[in-house]
Amino acid sequence: MKRVITWSLLMVFILAGAALAADDTVRIGVYLPLTGANAYGGELELEGLQMAFKEAPAVLGKKVEIFVVDNKTDKVEAANAVKRLIDKEKVVAVIGTYGSSLAMAGGEVAEKAGVPMIGTSCTNPLVTQGKKYVFRVCFIDPFQGAGAATYAFKTLGLKKAALLVDVANDYSVGLASFFAKSYTKLGGEVVTNLNYQSGDQDFTAQLTEIISKKPDVLFIPSYFAEGAIIMKQVKELGGTFKIMGGDAMDNPKITEIGGGAVEGFIHTTFPYDPSMRDMNPVAKQFTENWKKLHPDKDPNVNAALGYDAYMITLDAIKRAGKAEPEAIGAALAQTKNFEGVTGSTTINASHDAEKPVGLVTIKDGKKTYIGEITPEM
Amino acid sequence: MSWAMFVQHLLNGLTLGSLYALIAIGYTMIYGILRLINFAHSEIFMLGAYSVFWGVTLIHLPWPIAVTLGILAVAALGVLVDRVAYRPLRDAPRSSALISAIGVSFFLQNLAIVVFSAIPREVYRPTWLETVILVGDVRVLPLTLLVPVLSFLLMLGLIYIVYKTKAGLGMRAISKDIETSYTMGVPVNRIIALTFGIGSALAAASGIMWALRYPQLQPIMGIIPGFKAFIAAVVGGIGSIQGAVIGGLGLGLVEIMAVATFPELAGYRDALAFVLLIGILLIKPTGLMGVKLEDKL
Repeated sequence: MKRVITWSLLMVFILAGAALAADDTVRIGVYLPLTGANAYGGELELEGLQMAFKEAPAVLGKKVEIFVVDNKTDKVEAANAVKRLIDKEKVVAVIGTYGSSLAMAGGEVAEKAGVPMIGTSCTNPLVTQGKKYVFRVCFIDPFQGAGAATYAFKTLGLKKAALLVDVANDYSVGLASFFAKSYTKLGGEVVTNLNYQSGDQDFTAQLTEIISKKPDVLFIPSYFAEGAIIMKQVKELGGTFKIMGGDAMDNPKITEIGGGAVEGFIHTTFPYDPSMRDMNPVAKQFTENWKKLHPDKDPNVNAALGYDAYMITLDAIKRAGKAEPEAIGAALAQTKNFEGVTGSTTINASHDAEKPVGLVTIKDGKKTYIGEITPEM
Repeated sequence: MSWAMFVQHLLNGLTLGSLYALIAIGYTMIYGILRLINFAHSEIFMLGAYSVFWGVTLIHLPWPIAVTLGILAVAALGVLVDRVAYRPLRDAPRSSALISAIGVSFFLQNLAIVVFSAIPREVYRPTWLETVILVGDVRVLPLTLLVPVLSFLLMLGLIYIVYKTKAGLGMRAISKDIETSYTMGVPVNRIIALTFGIGSALAAASGIMWALRYPQLQPIMGIIPGFKAFIAAVVGGIGSIQGAVIGGLGLGLVEIMAVATFPELAGYRDALAFVLLIGILLIKPTGLMGVKLEDKL
């Protein structure tokens, strides 16, 4: 009997100890593509997030602990990653991910578990649709597509558009259709809409066809590595039209990888770029700190979103007053005019961030921020 | 479709097809001799592309030296892979070696992600390769002319090695019956090492050509071309060197022409490649140039 009591007491102490240890820190999970096709975006977002973590390592008087899991640019791995973070690491919130397809897979798991997930740069509207616990710090593709269409048609006066779309990617398909919808509504004509599949490296057949249709602008809602190859092949095949893309083309490496072929390329993005002239104070601070930390590498919008996602999560925990999933979710939904690197963020009724659409072009081999545009929806 | 456009499509198909053919030759050679589908071929291809461009951009070696060194290094790697992953399984059932090949493929791919990082890198091409030759409205890249010639020469060279040299005699003997070859005094392990060396050198050469055509390096760059080349080799009759070239050219042309004729189906281009494979195998199970074998995987 005595032994049983001793053992039970011991167990109680161990359990209490574990509970105390768990209560001591605020556990935040992060899942991003650190290997696979989207690794370049995931890496930047993680680096931005880690910078934010360094600057704000505590909340509510407790230390923050972050747990990073690689989702390997794979939908199944993304779902597994979120499951592991919630079940094993017992996190109170999950940040991530780059890539809408991945975010949809992960969001499903977070929603079921009732743990808030804060998306970084997943812009497809379906990511947060009908979800109570899924949020994001970026705007969504109908808005972005309309921004690109408005700029192409109204500002540049390009009347005929062609599209080249990755059919295996939710982001690409979504953004293309929103662009086409806004563009035709404004009075433009979509002369051809062709597809390819993620991983393709030869686009010559599609591009030869596109060139024969003589468009004024080619819209490519692709990732930047593919985009760079597409633009090189356009040049080789003698295409002279303007080329535009979305936020997935935003990467400091684009000029290095694309060389002369990306000159004049324009893409929509979130309102942050190191080449911006009038930055808000947060963005200025962010850019300076980044350059100190990574002297050989420029920051970009993904790094900025990683940073903002962490800060917004922390802000929600602060306002919630306790590090519990339910309370954090409720506080996130109330986020209003949060000053981040990518401008002022307000989470709207559909859990998406409202912020203006920025435009970047490649000029003289350098990424150059053009300014912001108000999309005509 | 205008005449110029048709010719343009034809040339695009020829370039793509001869690249497939180049990869398929190495695939088919190793299969022809060892009855092993060397799935690590895609990764050897990727490493071939990386090695040369690291030589050129990082150590600033002149092109010919970088290409030679790169191909030699990758050939040595191929021999090493055989020594470590396949030779201990020589007497095991064939599927064990196949699974080992898949393992090597994943290992090399992930090693490349760790060593080179997953961020794509640009390939600096010599300027003469980027100069477009204009023939009327048709735009011809120097590589469009270079790759088919190279594929053809390598095919001839390989046929020469396999059918006219003593080592080739050993290879053919091994392909017929490995045990009897041992007893007849064929230096089996040495010949197989040589086979892997040549096969890997071919993979490296095709990797370099691919990177010159699609100038971007990524650790996962070998997967899709490797799959396509595998299809090409099977369509041509796996084990047949001429078949690999015909299969590769055919696949490239079909892919491009299918997109050209039905642009709205462009997203299903890969599905088309597989439909072609199934169709041909239904009519001719051994592939276009294949010979009947009593034992296949």
